[in-house]
Parts: sequence; structure tokens; C-alpha cells
Amino acid sequence: MVRRHLRRGLLLAGFALPAAAQERFITLASTTSTEQSGLFGHILPIFTRDTGIGVRVVALGTGQALDVGRRGDADALLVHDRAAEERFVAEGHGGPRRQVMYNDFVLIGPAADPAGIAGMRDVGEALRQIAARRAPFVSRGDRSGTHAAELRLWQEAGIDPVRGRGQWYREIGQGMGPALNTAAAQEAYLLSDRGTWLAFRNRQALKLLVEGDARLLNQYGVLAVSPQRHPGVKVKEAQAFIDWITGAAGQAAIAGYRINGEQLFFPNAAPPN
Amino acid sequence: MLPIRAEAVSYVAGGAAILSGVSLTITPGAPMLILGPNGAGKSVLLRLLHGLLRPEAGRITPAAAIRGAMVFQRPVLLRRSVLANLRYPMALAGVPRPARVRRAEAALAEVGLSALAGRPARRLSGGEQQRLALARAAALEPEVLFLDEPCASLDPAATRAVEEIIRRIAARGTKIVMTTHDLGQARRLAGEVVFLHRGRVVECAPAEHFFAGPASVEGAAFLQGELLW
Amino acid sequence: MQDLGSAFMAAIALVRDGDAGMLAILGLSLRVSLAALGIAAVVGLPLGALLAVARFPGRRAVVVALNALMGLPPVVAGLLIYLLLSRSGPLGHWGLLFTPGAMVIAQAVLITPILAALSRGVLEALWEEYAEALRSFGAGPWRAVPTLLWDGRFALLTVLLAGFGRASAEVGAVILVGGNIEGFTRTMTTAIALETSKGDLPLALALGLVLMVIVLGVNALAQGLRDVALRRAG
Repeated sequence: MVRRHLRRGLLLAGFALPAAAQERFITLASTTSTEQSGLFGHILPIFTRDTGIGVRVVALGTGQALDVGRRGDADALLVHDRAAEERFVAEGHGGPRRQVMYNDFVLIGPAADPAGIAGMRDVGEALRQIAARRAPFVSRGDRSGTHAAELRLWQEAGIDPVRGRGQWYREIGQGMGPALNTAAAQEAYLLSDRGTWLAFRNRQALKLLVEGDARLLNQYGVLAVSPQRHPGVKVKEAQAFIDWITGAAGQAAIAGYRINGEQLFFPNAAPPN
Repeated sequence: MLPIRAEAVSYVAGGAAILSGVSLTITPGAPMLILGPNGAGKSVLLRLLHGLLRPEAGRITPAAAIRGAMVFQRPVLLRRSVLANLRYPMALAGVPRPARVRRAEAALAEVGLSALAGRPARRLSGGEQQRLALARAAALEPEVLFLDEPCASLDPAATRAVEEIIRRIAARGTKIVMTTHDLGQARRLAGEVVFLHRGRVVECAPAEHFFAGPASVEGAAFLQGELLW
Repeated sequence: MQDLGSAFMAAIALVRDGDAGMLAILGLSLRVSLAALGIAAVVGLPLGALLAVARFPGRRAVVVALNALMGLPPVVAGLLIYLLLSRSGPLGHWGLLFTPGAMVIAQAVLITPILAALSRGVLEALWEEYAEALRSFGAGPWRAVPTLLWDGRFALLTVLLAGFGRASAEVGAVILVGGNIEGFTRTMTTAIALETSKGDLPLALALGLVLMVIVLGVNALAQGLRDVALRRAG
């Protein structure tokens, strides 16, 4: 009784329902790249208009977003680390995983390019150059999808960057934006998703140096959080979101988002796996 | 409440004896003035009698938490209006609301502060503040009113005004128990005198006897102005 | 220098155009911080007053703990509240995580010790002055608490402003428990953090300037009211 009053009081105190908020909504844990690139600002209003379901996006790194899902604090997840997503499904926290869209990662670095990697087509070779020159490299270091991709690329290049830790290899444990800010300030290289890079304003001397290698593919997947594990989740609404974003309307909305005429995300929904 | 009896009361502070074996009885009647040089223990005795301090040894009866009302040397006024200051202790004492209003107005009129009822109490002059403190205590209609050097920091005009108020309160039948180091004031107000020296009661006498010829050497020296400690 | 200049221009433009998005964010910031301040005041001020008047074993320990809690890192407070309000946590069924209510709780938890510790200091001085008189009136410590709170109201206003300042400037806890959801739990500080990470430093700084002006305005308003009331009530 007391608790209910307390809870209602807190909701009122916070004016928990601003005018724009929906009666029906889901909480979507996702990545900074999808929000900060402006994609959600473009596609979510269309979803809400079509279905009457609001989407509250909590933008985190993929690792954190999956943890939010593991605690049952989100209804659906849209993230980009396939191995981690499959682990999440295997643990019984949700799924099935549906692939939604992709874009790509790019290697960013100072225009002066002390490692001499500009224009390379082989990302492994570029990373080996950076390591060989001990050129400053900023790593997310935050278990995000981009961090996972970066570590995979180092491994495929046959390099253990952790040996340069504290010297040329700098793990900052923060999001994509702060990583770009840090690289700009330190004239360092880093791996970024293309969307955040295109939307990023504080570039200073940073330039896009390497792109187009097939290994730079950045695949996004969507998952519903398991109602068996977490009885509080909104199964129906979450499923409606997944059906929409992997369906014709959602895929078209994704394809329609552009910055300066450049398409940022490429829809490639496929049946569950 | 009366009579209040102190029996062999002692009080120690910081390892030093402030009062030792003090016995006295407060009965209805004319004001009791507690006299004595600085450091004799007058203020402590007053606080013990009022109930703010507990005796180290001996006892004071009746054994109430607080006996009567008290006015301090430096008036402690709440950060509120003059009227609110008057009503606050009455509310605590459980005086019914209509009586509170009536008594507050009467008390203000008595001390000549009716025109200042709405003013912030702490903006009053020193004399006005002490008159308000007196009115506040008197409005409680206590059987006994303890006054600790109420005029110590007042000028002669304000002192006379306060003395006049004390006389009127006493005339209504409230027992006044008051400390002072001002012999003139003691002569003007006292009905009986308790002379305190180095924590002991040296003399307890009707005022006219004490001032006519004290029974003790210390008392005599005090009246001569020779006993400063 | 150029960035600072464009930040000023952007701040002026935001205010001049009454940017709707910013106004909504600003409104939410003020509502959340004021609600947190209200809750913290109801708990913290009486607690501070009680600590000023009460003498009990362990009081010193409580005072030391309270002073230490003033320095509670917001992220730690946020994390604790996150774990409490998470659907997997003990209060998960309240459904408050990622809502303004959660941010209110986080800010209230952060500033309650501040209000309690600062008000204890202010009211202890007042109690020293009042103690004998109140006891003479027969008021025990419990009765003294409301008296001190009322009579210390002007000094306590400064304490409340300190709490409000801390609440409205806070970002670490509210971003954790609020989620920085656009149009729902995005406050001025989390918006500033977001714009910073998007690399739009002038906009971030402009939002910061607007926030500072608002906090300054709240302080000036409160001080003005205090001065007027002080003149009238002493």
C-alpha cells in the first residue's frame, strides 16, 4: 500500500508522462551508433505512426545493451556484435536473432597519416602498419560492438595490440563519440562505424583513411528479450517492432535515411537464425 | 508549585564546585533577590531552581522537569514576530487558542509593545527585547518567575521600565526570584535576600534586615562594595 | 576561441528562438531537480535538525558518515539505484528504471546527505542559542526540530540552493538510471553529454550556458525572495 503510493508519488514527482510519451511503448536498448547517427530519429517516428507504439531508446555500447537485456530492463535489443548476440540467445535471455541491416566500419586517422595507410584496401595491412610505426591508436575498450570488431581485426592481422597498452594503444572505455573526440585531440587512429563518423562534427584533423575491405562489414541484429526469463517484458509490442523493422516498411525506412545524400545503413533482413 | 525547596544542593562543573550544600525555600510573597559577587554561583542556582540543570547532590522539590518560567540575561527571541514570540511558549504549555490571543494582547499592552506586535522580534531595541521576554514569560502566568540579571545590559531608562514591569508582575501574585549584582536595584525590588558567596548561602534574610545590617562579614563587605569576588 | 564565440552565438539563438526541443529538455531538468529537492528536503532537513539537537550514542559516527556521503560519487549512487530499480532488482516491479521517476530518486539520494549535513551545521549554531530557552518552555528535542527548521528558514534556503545546484548539475547518475531517452528522460546535462560525444562542442557548450543561466536565475530569484522575507520577518 505504502509502496504503491510511493511509486505513484515518484511517477507524479517526475512528471513521468511528458505530452509526447505514448501509452504503449517499448524500451529498446541499442547502440550509440544507431542513435547518434540520427537513424532512430528518422525511422522510429514512422514506426510509432504505423503502430501506435512508442520506442524509448537507451543508447549504450553493445555489451552494455546486452547486459540491460539480461537484467530484463529492455524489451528489445538492436545491436551489432554477432558473436555476443548468439551468446545471449544461447543463454536463454531472448531471441531469436534477426539480422536487420549493415553498414561498415572505417579506419579514421590524422590527415598527416604518420603510418601511411591512406587509401589501403587491406585493413589488416593498415593495422600492421599502425602497430609497426607505434602510431597512436584509440580503442573504445568498452565491450561495444565496434570494440569487438576492432579486436577481431587485430587478431586477424596477427597483432596483439595490448602489448602497446598505455603507449601507442589507448583504451578509453567510452562511447564512439568520446573516442572520436579523443582521437581528434591526440591525432590518433581509430576504428569507427561510418554512421557516427559521418554525423560527427568535431573532426579537426581527422580523415577517413581506409574503407571498403569486406572484413569491415558491420552487421546489426535485433532480438526480443525472453518473457520466460523476464515476465515484465512487453512481448507483443517488442515483436511488433521486430516484425516492422525486418519487414518491408521498416527496411524501406532504413534505406531512406541519408546524410548529405549518402545512405548510412543498408537493410538486409533475413529469416531468423 | 510553591513552596520550592532546595536541600543541600551541590553542583560541579569542569571539576570545580560551583555550589555546595545550598538550602533555601521559595515561598509566596515579595520578590526574592539572589545577591553575591561575580562567580558566586547565582546564575547556576537560578537554573537549578528552574530545572535547566540537575543538582550533583541534594534535591530540589517539587521534582518537576521545569519549575515556573525564566527570563535570561540576554533575551532569547525566536526569529519571528513579536506576537509569534508571545504565542509560542503558550502553545507549548497547552494554553487554549482563545486564551492565547487574549493573554498575548494583555501582556503586550502591559509592557508597552502593542504597537510593535507585527514587527520581527529581533529588530527591537535591547530594552524592548527584554520587555518582550518578560511579557512572554509573564503570559504563561507562572507561579514563580526566575529572572537572571534581566537588566545587566540595559541603559538606566530601559532598566527602570523593566523594573516597573517586574513590580507589576509581582503585585499580581507571581513570585519573583531574581539575580542581580546591582545593589540599587536589589534595594528597590527585594522583599527577601539570599546572599551567595563562593557557592554557599551565607545569609537568607528579609530585605530590610539585610540592608540595615547584614549578619555576616561577607555580607557587610559586599554592601560596602569591598567584596568583588 | 572561435568555438567559445560560436557557443555564445548558439546559446543566444537557442534562447531567442525558444527552441522547442531545448525548452522541453529544460522543463524536464527543472521538474526532476525540483522534485528531487522536495523529497530530499522532506527527509534531509528534519534529519539535519534532529542531528543538531539530539545527543545519542553513535551520533558522531552518523555525522561523519553523512559528511562522507556528501562526496558520494554520482555514478556509484546511480549504479546502486540502477540495481535496485532494475527488473531483476528488488524494486523492479515498480517499473521505474529509465523513467524520470528514477532520475528523481537518484538525485534525491545524492542530495539528501548534502541537505542533512549542511542543515545540521546551520541549525546546530541556532540550537546553541535556543536550547536553554526552548527547554525552559518545556520543548524537548522532538519539538525543537520544527522550531529550528522554521526559525532557520533563511539560512536553510541557502542549503536548499546548494542541493538544487548539485542536483541540476548532475549527469553521471541520471544518465545511468534515466537512460538519456530522447523526449522522455533527456535532461540538460545528459543532452550536453550527448552533444559532446557527437562532437558538436559549440552546441554542448551552448546548452551548458543556458543551464548556467537558468541555475543562476533560480538562485537570484531565491535570494531575492529571501531578502524580501527577511526584511519583513527578521
